[in-house]
Amino acid sequence: MSNLSPSFRAPTHAALRARVDHWSYVIVVGGLGAIAIVLLASPTLIVLITSFTSAETLRFPPPGFSMRWYQALISSSPEIVAAALVSLKVAASATIAAVVLATAAAIAIFSSKAGWARIADVVLMSPVLLPALSLGLGLLLTFNLMNVGVSLTTLVIGHIVICFPFVLRTTLASLAQINPALEECARDLGAGGWRTFAHVTFPLARGGIAAGAFIGFMASFDNVAISLFLADARSEVLPIRLWDLIESVLDVRAAAASGILIVATVALMIAMERVAGLSRYVR
Amino acid sequence: MFVGLPIVMLLCASVSGESGFGLANFQRFLTDGLSLPVLGRTLRLGVETSAVALVLGYPLALLFVAAPPWLQKPFVLLIVLPLLTSAVVRTFAWVVILGRQGLINETLLTLGVTGAPVPLLYTEPMLVVALAQIELPIIALPIISALSAIDPRLHEASLELGGGKWGTLLNVTIPLSLHGIIAGLLLVFAASCSALVTQSIIGGGRLIFMPLYIYQQGMQAQNWPFAAAISLVLLVAVLAVAATLNAFGRLATRRLHV
Repeated sequence: MSNLSPSFRAPTHAALRARVDHWSYVIVVGGLGAIAIVLLASPTLIVLITSFTSAETLRFPPPGFSMRWYQALISSSPEIVAAALVSLKVAASATIAAVVLATAAAIAIFSSKAGWARIADVVLMSPVLLPALSLGLGLLLTFNLMNVGVSLTTLVIGHIVICFPFVLRTTLASLAQINPALEECARDLGAGGWRTFAHVTFPLARGGIAAGAFIGFMASFDNVAISLFLADARSEVLPIRLWDLIESVLDVRAAAASGILIVATVALMIAMERVAGLSRYVR
Repeated sequence: MFVGLPIVMLLCASVSGESGFGLANFQRFLTDGLSLPVLGRTLRLGVETSAVALVLGYPLALLFVAAPPWLQKPFVLLIVLPLLTSAVVRTFAWVVILGRQGLINETLLTLGVTGAPVPLLYTEPMLVVALAQIELPIIALPIISALSAIDPRLHEASLELGGGKWGTLLNVTIPLSLHGIIAGLLLVFAASCSALVTQSIIGGGRLIFMPLYIYQQGMQAQNWPFAAAISLVLLVAVLAVAATLNAFGRLATRRLHV
């Protein structure tokens, strides 16, 4: 339809320009997009491949393949296994607490729209904009003032702060999709507040809560900044343990541990996609 | 409360010192000749990373929107996967890629481009590339939701009227997805300014950024008041950049609707 444009040049010239326009666009945008896709996937694959190396170093491509680093990880690395257990325990407790608090908060915010919506906005944005390290230091100062020493409990409290916004966000999103007539029906039929919540609201919001719990769990499991400040010497978490391994000696066991984490993440992600429709909540 | 109280505590701690209340910690930050360059380097890292992430993330989002519906679900999971994988793992991947015996150096040596491994780890440009890759999902997701909200007929109309592919991108698509771009840039900027793990593993010991500086002063030197002051400076700097970007976005969007 290039004849619609006010071009006084010969049509062949316009056609050529249109072709150059089209192909340069396809090459540049398609090319950059393709690079982005390769960049998204390849580091994960590279770590997976490296974790099966038979060599002592992180040479890539590996000279040969073996399971030796996975064996080393399982049989002779009690400190890594212990750190993984601490991380699991902290992330699980923080997620459970955050789910309870965030669900209650989401329902409160949702039923009193006025001023709360703005506050909710601030809370939702704060952990992504505030450097987590500042938050960690601030929490440490707070505990210190209250004469509370760092322990597993302070660590969990710090991680609740990390988890909370993720659960709040997805729960608010799924509450917004519930038809308010359903809750009214339940009330009109004589169900009290709790029964309405248990039989109507919760089942309908379950997907959002589950998706938020999953994302919050992963964020907590991954968190370094808060743990650096709030953990005591006995409760070292996995990411800090791995960081140490990578920074000091470039230990190949870090690749094996990463391999396990990657496989577990992919498996959980696919499971959550099936159960809760995860991809609806991340966009 | 969990967010507000720590910040109040930071404020209180930063103005206190051995010699009583005062702005001594902030004064030290401005005048000791060490701290300001760290702030400058951190903000520059944030800006460069955001730029690289945008150049890759925007085409990625365009491809996503153009993809057929059956492909979009696996595509989202591909984008989200790095986001859910531990930051330490993602950073570790870059150690494998950039190391002396890593992917890039082995390739260069095999091709005979260089005779000896090129130092790539512990350099700022490579840190920017690695961080941009790590933050790619968080810039792509808001742009994708902005692009999906654009009425496809606008796109068709512009093409029919002879706008051309590039003209349509510049005059229709980018302005209409500007709020997604701003949101994504904000997230990447904030995340890369406080990416402690990636900064210190890829950047190494010589390149010090604000988060490590806070940690060093707070935990190693046990100078909590000064660490609190550094935290607040970082916080204010990030929020100031965020506010500027937001204001720019609002201005540009308003011009668009007039």
